[in-house]
Amino acid sequence: MAEFLQFCASGLTVGAVYALVALGFTIIYNASDVVNFAQGEFVMIGGMTTVFATAAGVPLPIAVLIAILAAMVIGLLLHRLAIEPARGASPVTLIIITIGASIFLRGLAQIVFDKQFHSLPAFSGDTPINIGGALVLPQSFWVLGGAVVIVIALWAFFNRTVTGKAVLATAANRLAARLVGINTSFVIGLSFVLSAAIGAIAGILVTPITLTSYDIGTLLALKGFAAAMLGGMGNPIGAIVGGLLVGLLEAFGAGYISSTYKDAMAFIVILGVLFVMPGGLLGRASVERV
Amino acid sequence: MRSDEALLQINALRSGYGRIEALHGVSMEVNRGEIVALVGSNGAGKTTLLRAVSGVQPVSGGAIVFDGHDVTNAQPHARVKRGIAQVPEGRQIFSPLSIEDNLRLGAYLRKGSEIDRDLDMVYDLFPVLKERRRNPAGGLSGGQQQMLAIGRALMSGPKLLLLDEPSMGLAPILVDQVFQIVEKLRDESGVTVFLVEQNAFAALSIADRGYVIETGEISISGTGRELLDDERVREAYLGV
Repeated sequence: MAEFLQFCASGLTVGAVYALVALGFTIIYNASDVVNFAQGEFVMIGGMTTVFATAAGVPLPIAVLIAILAAMVIGLLLHRLAIEPARGASPVTLIIITIGASIFLRGLAQIVFDKQFHSLPAFSGDTPINIGGALVLPQSFWVLGGAVVIVIALWAFFNRTVTGKAVLATAANRLAARLVGINTSFVIGLSFVLSAAIGAIAGILVTPITLTSYDIGTLLALKGFAAAMLGGMGNPIGAIVGGLLVGLLEAFGAGYISSTYKDAMAFIVILGVLFVMPGGLLGRASVERV
Repeated sequence: MRSDEALLQINALRSGYGRIEALHGVSMEVNRGEIVALVGSNGAGKTTLLRAVSGVQPVSGGAIVFDGHDVTNAQPHARVKRGIAQVPEGRQIFSPLSIEDNLRLGAYLRKGSEIDRDLDMVYDLFPVLKERRRNPAGGLSGGQQQMLAIGRALMSGPKLLLLDEPSMGLAPILVDQVFQIVEKLRDESGVTVFLVEQNAFAALSIADRGYVIETGEISISGTGRELLDDERVREAYLGV
């Protein structure tokens, strides 16, 4: 039982990170139909910038802010310099552009930072908390708590603010959004900035547990993508559910089968979804009558 | 006709899709307080012209002057701000959002208490929308969606309402209703209306003036009455 709980705890922690990456995919995908494979790089930028800023003597809270802002600026540049000029291109072209951007950002990180693995000190110490025999790191609660706060903040943004509604409207019908006076280019840019911030926060929170390095983005993007697919591309609740499920599958796969196959779980999920239910668990919620 | 009365002036407008030109130099105007109908068959360029006026269709030549300002190359949101609102073909409502959210998004560029006042005005015009205002707009019937699309356009407080095929896909009784509302808007709210229709009879019946468009060019123009009586129009578009 303690073992089971242990796997649950680690699965949920890493699953929360996948969920945040999947949410980033979802926000950009809904606003612009772009599947942004540079999503993992935002996570890397968040972690790496915080590591290097704190190493330079910047206090952690300020380093965190710098890291989030850096990711947001890069998200905006990604949209303005790479996505916006290719407006109207086919989805495949846009996906290839984001893969190119991801490779570019990784290369840049190698130069600006370095090629080593780095960690951050845990925010509230390293003494594990015993829950039913499972030892849970305090940092896991930071990750889970951070994910909950982000989800609530996003919910409030989309449901309670005019700008949030404008993003939803752009996602629902881009032509109509332009016709009511929404600057859809601004909205799509905003979705990149928002996704970048979410990715960066995930990267900062999880770095004390999983370490970070210039190239962690690729695998995170693929796992986040698997999570988004599993939940149903375009559905934010699906992204969260999918992320947690992929995390749990990984933890149980590693624990009960073999840790060698841990990273394969995400790909099995992608294949499974494509073969069995291309719409994902929740699909895209839509009420439509023609 | 004095040109200072014109709210919308279109001069020698050209537009197309890729290398195919859909409008070959269209000139026309819409005066304040008028209902102007543009009729023509499928593919004649009606929708292209309307989309060019609202700014979602790029133009390759000519000029669009609205309310004394050249808006030929203005962004769509800048045109909404000046008072152009389009009800697009096929309604294009925000299906997953609630009816009230759809309407409030129509007033996206406005601020202040006028929004609530206009919301009441739209609910008075279309009581069915008020009853169901918390429901997702995608659950409305075709006719109700058309009303929502018109209501959403009105929420921007427009000087010029562009209607693209408002009767498409509606039962005849609903078509009558929609056109009655358009007349009411002109008579009671002073909104200028430019509508594009395949249903030439219904459109010309309420129009002060009308234009016929054929393969990207205006071929006939006149008052609504004149066009209804015109032999060529009757043969080609009214089926009599």
